[in-house]
Amino acid sequence: MASFVRLTLTEARLFLREPMSVVLGVVFPAGLLLMLGAIPILRTPAEQFDGQRFVDLFAPSALVLGIGVVALQHIPNVIAGYREQGILRRLSTTPVHPGKLLLAQLLVALAAVVVSAGLLISAAWLVLDVPPPQHLLGFTVAWLVGFGAVLAIGTLIAAVAPSQRTATGVSTLVYLVAMFAGGVFLPRFLMPKPLAQLGEITPPGVQALLDAWGGRAPALLPLGIMAVIAVAAAAMAAKLFRWE
Amino acid sequence: MSTIEVRNLHKRYGATVAVDDVSFTVEAGEIFGILGPNGAGKTTTVECVAGLRVPDRGEIRVLGLDPRHDRAALRQRVGVQLQESRLPERLRVGEAIALYRSFYPQPADGDQLLEMLGLTDKRRSRYRDLSGGQKQRLSIALALIGRPTVAVLDELTTGLDPQARRETWELVERVRDSGVTIILVTHFMDEAERLCDRVAVIDTGRVVALDTPAGLIARAGGQQRIRFRPATDLDEQLLTALPEVTEVRRSGSQVVVIGTGNVLHAVTATLARHHIVAHDLRIEQTSLDDAFVTLTGHQPEH
Repeated sequence: MASFVRLTLTEARLFLREPMSVVLGVVFPAGLLLMLGAIPILRTPAEQFDGQRFVDLFAPSALVLGIGVVALQHIPNVIAGYREQGILRRLSTTPVHPGKLLLAQLLVALAAVVVSAGLLISAAWLVLDVPPPQHLLGFTVAWLVGFGAVLAIGTLIAAVAPSQRTATGVSTLVYLVAMFAGGVFLPRFLMPKPLAQLGEITPPGVQALLDAWGGRAPALLPLGIMAVIAVAAAAMAAKLFRWE
Repeated sequence: MSTIEVRNLHKRYGATVAVDDVSFTVEAGEIFGILGPNGAGKTTTVECVAGLRVPDRGEIRVLGLDPRHDRAALRQRVGVQLQESRLPERLRVGEAIALYRSFYPQPADGDQLLEMLGLTDKRRSRYRDLSGGQKQRLSIALALIGRPTVAVLDELTTGLDPQARRETWELVERVRDSGVTIILVTHFMDEAERLCDRVAVIDTGRVVALDTPAGLIARAGGQQRIRFRPATDLDEQLLTALPEVTEVRRSGSQVVVIGTGNVLHAVTATLARHHIVAHDLRIEQTSLDDAFVTLTGHQPEH
């Protein structure tokens, strides 16, 4: 147990030394929303935004951005790198199973997105008057299921990628799809309907986050689909994981 | 009971036979070398010993444990330094030591270990800022941190400069002197000759010779070559008559005497008796290099 705590703290420290992951994954989502909120037209209710403000609608997308950076950029890159550099193998010569290192990584990723979400929600609330998520239970469940699904996908990519380069390449592609569906690049209300609907079931499920943030219970079917994706990807990652 | 026993080890990857048939024993307190060209099956052999790979056939006992079934107990008592295994780039030396110490119930003193490895002033350095030799020493430190009874060191000095290699060798000797049995995998002849009590020469998955370095050299002929420039005219008959001498050649003003056993003494005594001064006397011994070529038919890699 002491070794697992030490392992997790060490991985947390290493995470904090990755400027890209810390800046893009933890700080940038809040920063981006604040920057957009600095533009007056984006923080006033407008007809083309359904009578809402742009920042209200975009906040969940900023959340998705942080989740994506951590789960689909940082995790595959680090885990595939640990395999490629023989770090997992080295650990397998000690009494500690390398699986514990992976578990420590996932815990650190969870902590990172929790902080990222906390920063974003408080910045939005305190600076831009975006009320915090109104349907708290729905929001927590949607967030956990959505993050679980992308994290499982990121881990699956790391599990089977033959090299760190491949892992980074594939995960970047998946990241771009997830970010597009999450309305990070193009706000979803500007998308044609079929494209906007992508955001309902594509992990991490921006629509459920948006609904719950605004106070509506998220639809169960998309959440169920994402939960299945999460479990299936996690099971495959565990089964197919290449230790060397 | 020997510290390590390997009997008829066989391991293949798909259609490729990595280890065909390897047997050896290692006694407590030895530095045992596994020498051979790249792809000979050295690393696979020690990976099976360390319990990192499961052999297809054969039996292995390490400290009486079966690496396949007693993995947990084995990992407590065997320290392994792997070829090409790195640490996270941004991990500091002191953090790596603290982390690996937490893996073992009764770890070695981290400060003492760093001191012994000459890394004390590198405690705050990131892994990526260490030199090749420092990385290698840290890797050895991590292999020793659980106070192992057996240490497996694979390709310890590959990629190090001559100074760092010598320092690493001294370190390995100190580790052995502290009571650790060591298996050393290498493809460097000078390393095996300098460090190992006994050496198994492995080629294409088989042990082709197992002996002390001196024994291996003797097997390859154990010839010595003496070169000198006689100050006065020398009658070759004087030397060819000696039982230790097998051949006398001339090359310009130089005389080359080839012989075995105590040939140097025989030649110098004869020269002294006839008041012949030998200028520029040099002696060349068969090296492990020559022995390796004789045993495997390959040139060693450098």
